[in-house]
Amino acid sequence: MSAAILPPVLALAGAPLLQGIITRTKAWFAGRRGPPLLQPYYDIAKLLRKGAVYSGTTSWVFRLGPAAGVGVAALCLLFLPLGNLPAPFSFEGDLVFVIYLLALARFLTVIAAMDTGSAFEGMGASREMAFAALAEPALLFGLVAVARQTGRLSLEGLIRPIDVGDWAAHGATLLLVLAGLFLVFLAENSRIPVDDPTTHLELTMIHEVMVLDHGGPDFAFVEYAAALKLWILGALITGIALPVRTGEVAIDLAAMVAGLAGLAVLVGIIESTLVRLRLVQVPHLLIGACSLALLGFLIQ
Amino acid sequence: MTWLLAALGLTLAGAVLAFALGSRPVACAWMSTGVGLVAALLGLWPCAGVLAGGAVATFHAPWAMPLGELALRLDALSAFFLVPVFLLGALTALYGSTYLAHAVAPKNLGLAWSAFHLLMASMVVVVLAADGLLFLVAWELTVLASAALVILGGDDEANRHAGWLYLSASHLGTGFLLVLFLLLGRETGSLAFGGFGAAAGLPDGLKGALFLLAVVGFGTKAGFLPLHVWLPEAHPAAPSQVSALMSGVMIKTGIYGLVRVVFFLGHPAAWWGWTLLGIGLVSGILGVLFALAQHDLKRLLAYHSVENIGIIALGLGLGLLGLGAGQPAVAALGLAGGLLHVLNHAVFKGLLFLGAGAVLAETGTRDLDRQGGLLKRMPWTGGTFLVGCLSISGLPPFNGFVSEFLIYFGALLAVMAGPLPLTVAGLLLIVGLSLIGGLAAACFAKAFSVVFLGSPRSAAAAAAGEVALPMRLAMAALALLCLLIALAAPFGLEMLARVVDVHPAFAPAGASTIGVPGPGMGPFVPVPAGSLRHLARAATPFTAIVWGSFLLAALVGGVLAWRRHLLAGREVGATVTWDCGYAGPTARMQYTGSSFAQPLVELFHPVLQTEAHVHGIDGYFPVRARFASHTGDLFLRRFFQPLFHGIGAGLGRLTAFQNGVVQAYVLYITITLVVLLIGGLW
Repeated sequence: MSAAILPPVLALAGAPLLQGIITRTKAWFAGRRGPPLLQPYYDIAKLLRKGAVYSGTTSWVFRLGPAAGVGVAALCLLFLPLGNLPAPFSFEGDLVFVIYLLALARFLTVIAAMDTGSAFEGMGASREMAFAALAEPALLFGLVAVARQTGRLSLEGLIRPIDVGDWAAHGATLLLVLAGLFLVFLAENSRIPVDDPTTHLELTMIHEVMVLDHGGPDFAFVEYAAALKLWILGALITGIALPVRTGEVAIDLAAMVAGLAGLAVLVGIIESTLVRLRLVQVPHLLIGACSLALLGFLIQ
Repeated sequence: MTWLLAALGLTLAGAVLAFALGSRPVACAWMSTGVGLVAALLGLWPCAGVLAGGAVATFHAPWAMPLGELALRLDALSAFFLVPVFLLGALTALYGSTYLAHAVAPKNLGLAWSAFHLLMASMVVVVLAADGLLFLVAWELTVLASAALVILGGDDEANRHAGWLYLSASHLGTGFLLVLFLLLGRETGSLAFGGFGAAAGLPDGLKGALFLLAVVGFGTKAGFLPLHVWLPEAHPAAPSQVSALMSGVMIKTGIYGLVRVVFFLGHPAAWWGWTLLGIGLVSGILGVLFALAQHDLKRLLAYHSVENIGIIALGLGLGLLGLGAGQPAVAALGLAGGLLHVLNHAVFKGLLFLGAGAVLAETGTRDLDRQGGLLKRMPWTGGTFLVGCLSISGLPPFNGFVSEFLIYFGALLAVMAGPLPLTVAGLLLIVGLSLIGGLAAACFAKAFSVVFLGSPRSAAAAAAGEVALPMRLAMAALALLCLLIALAAPFGLEMLARVVDVHPAFAPAGASTIGVPGPGMGPFVPVPAGSLRHLARAATPFTAIVWGSFLLAALVGGVLAWRRHLLAGREVGATVTWDCGYAGPTARMQYTGSSFAQPLVELFHPVLQTEAHVHGIDGYFPVRARFASHTGDLFLRRFFQPLFHGIGAGLGRLTAFQNGVVQAYVLYITITLVVLLIGGLW
C-alpha cells in the first residue's frame, strides 16, 4: 500500500517539473539559459496569489471548467500505476473510465471557453474537440493492444507485467503502439507539431487560446491540470517503454522518474527541431497514430 | 396484470376524453397530465415487480379477429421496455400541459392530446402483445397516432411532407413485418408468441431470412441507417414533447421487436451478429457526423437518435456474436449494454428534446445560430440540458457512460479471450464506439454552447425567459434520472440479468437444449444458464465508478471551495471578454454552430457532402456578403429519391392503360372475361 501511495503523490508534486524540463531543453537548443526548472511552480504560486477578473458574458460554466479540470486529473491519478509501482485503485476496465474522465475534463474546458463568446476561444474549442475525437480512438486502441499482450483489463494490470521478456518477445508491437501513443501524447498535451504552446498568435493556437480569459487562481488550476495531464499520459508511455521491474521500490521509482524526465527532454527536442503542422494536416497525424496502434495489434 | 390493464384502460379513456374536451384547452391539458401520471404509476408497479424477480403475468381474452387472440404477456423483457414508455409518457404529459398549446393550433389541441394518449396506449400494447396479429394492429396504431402528431405539429407544408414520408417509410417497414409474422406463423403453427420459440429449431436458411426480415422491418422503425431517412424529417416536425416520446421510446419499439424476434430464433449464426455490428458502426458514425453538420437543434437531436440506435445495435451485435462463438460473458455484457442503453437513451434524449422544446417555445426558432446566452435567461433548462449533453456524450458520472462501459467491457473481453473473429469484432467496436463518443462530445459541445453560452445572437434569444413550472419539473426529473441510473448501476445488474435471461441460451431451464444441431447446423455450443454470473463481473467496476463519481464531486467541490477561500477579500473584477483589443465586439462575432463544426465537417466532406453557398465581397461596390451551408441526407438524396423516382417513372408507363377512356375500360373487362372464359373451358 505504501508503494501505491507514491505514484499519485509524486504526480501531484512533480507534474509541473516536466514542463520546466521541456522549457529548459528548448532554451538550451536556442542557446539561451532559460528560466529555472521550477519556473512552472513559481507561475502557479504567483497566479494563486492574484485576484480574478471575469467577463460579464460568462456564467457558472466558465467558473466550473478549471476546477473540474484539476478534480478530474486528480481522480485519474488514483488509477495510474507508475511502471512497477501499483496504482492506489484499479478495476477491470478502468482504462475506459480514465479516458472518459479525461474527455469529461475536455468537454468542460471547451464549454468554459465557449462561455466567453469570444471567436478566438471558439476556434480553440472547435479544434480541440475535432482533434480529440480522432486522438481518443488511437489512445484506447494503443492501450487495448498492450492489454491483449498482458491479458489484463486494468491500467495497472496492463502496465505492471511488462518486463524485458515482453520486449524481447513482442518488441515490434510495443514499439508501434508506443509510437502511436507518443503522437497522441503530443496532440493531447497541445505540443508541437499539433499545437504550439508558446505562440503569440491566437489564430494558430488550440489549448492556449481556449484559456485566454481565465486569470488568477482559475488560470493556476488550468496550468496545473495541464501539467497533470502531461504527467498522466507520460506515465503511461514511460511505463510501457521502460521494462524496469526489479521489485525494489527505489530503483523502479528512479527508473520511471528518469524516464519521464527523458520524455520531457524528447518533447523539448521535438519542439526545437520541428515546426507546427498546418491545422488541416493534424487529422492525418492522428489517423496515423491510430494506424500505428492497429499495425502493432496486427503483427502480434 | 390488472394494474397494467387499468393503466391501459385509463389511457384509452384519456384519448376519448381529450377529444371531447377539445374546446376547453386548460381542462384538457390537466386531465391529460393526470391520466399520464396515474397511468405511469399504475403501469410501473407491475413492471418493477417482474424486474425484481416476480412471476411472468399473462392475460387472455377472446377476440373477434380471425387468427388473432387478445393475449398480453409481461415478462422481464416487456417490463424493461415498458419502464421508459411509462416514465417518459408521464413526464412528457406533464411537460405538455403547458407546452402543447404553444406547438399545436388551438382547434387541434383535443385531437393532439387524443393522439398522444392513443400513441401511449398502442406502445404499451406493442410491448405487451403476445400474439402476432395483436402486435401488428398495435404497431399500426402507433404509426398512425404518431403520424397524426407529426402533421399536427405545424401548419405548413414541411410538416405534411414529414408526416407523409414517415407514413410511407413505416408502412414499407410494416410490409416486411407482415411477411415475418406470416412466415413465423406458418412454420410454428399459430401467430401466438408462445409458440414462436419453436422457431429456434428451424433450418438455418429460413432463420436467416426471418432475421433479415426483422432487421429491415424493425430497423425502419428504429432508424437503422440507411432506413433512417424518415427520422430526421419527422422528429423535428412533431411538437417537442412528442419528439421526445418518439425519439425516446417509440423508435425503441423497433429495438424491442428485433430483440424479441431474435430471442425467438435461438442460437444465432455468426453473420447475424456481424450484420448488427455493421449496422451499428455505420449508423453510429454516420448518424453523429450528420448531426454535427446540422443547424437545426431538433434535427441535430434526431440524427443523434440514429447514432444511439447504432450504439444499441453495436451492443446487440456483440451479444449475438458472443452467443454464436460460445462466449457467454461477451454475449451477456453486449446484450445487457445494448439494452441498458435503450433505457438510458430514452431518458437523456427525452430530456434533450424537452429542452429543445423549451428553447423553441421561448425563442421561436430551432435555428442554432440564432440562439445564444440562454443559460442566464433559462437556468433550469440550461442546467438540465447540460446534464443531457454530458449523458448522451457518454461522459461519467452520468448514465450514458454506464451502458457504454458495459459494451466496452464486453468488447474488451472479446478482444482478450475470444477467437479471432470475435477479437476483430471487439476491436472494431472499441474503435467505433470511441470515435462515436468523441464526435458526439464535439457535437454536444457545439449544441450546448451555441444555444446556452456566450451572448444572444438574436432579439428573440435576448428576450427569452424561463419556461413554466411543469416543463421545468419534467426536465429536472429526467436530469435527476440521468444521474440516478448511473449511481444505481451496481444494483441494476440483477435486473438486467433477468432481461438478458429471456434469451433461451441463458434461460435457466433451457440451458442445455439450445443450439442442438439439426442437420446442417453449426457445431453444438453449450451455454451455461443464467447471465448474472457473467454480468456480475461488471459489479466491481460499477461500484468503483460510483465511488469515483462521488470522489470526483468531492474533489471538484474542494477545488471550488478553495478558490472561494483564495478569492475572499481579493479584488474580483468584471469586464468584457478579451477580443484582441478590438473595441466594439458584437454577438455576431461569436463562433457559430457551423464554425464550431467546420473542422470535422471539412474532414468528413466525402460522406457529408455539405453544400456551401458563398457570396463573397467582390467588385468595387460590394453588396452584403452571404454564406449559407446545407447538409442534406445523403441516403435520401442518393438512394431513396432515385429509387422511388425510378419506381414512379416505371409505374408511370402504366398510365397508358389507365387513360380515362370508358370504352377502353369496357374493352379491358371484355378481354379479361374472355381470357377467364377460355381459362375456365380449358
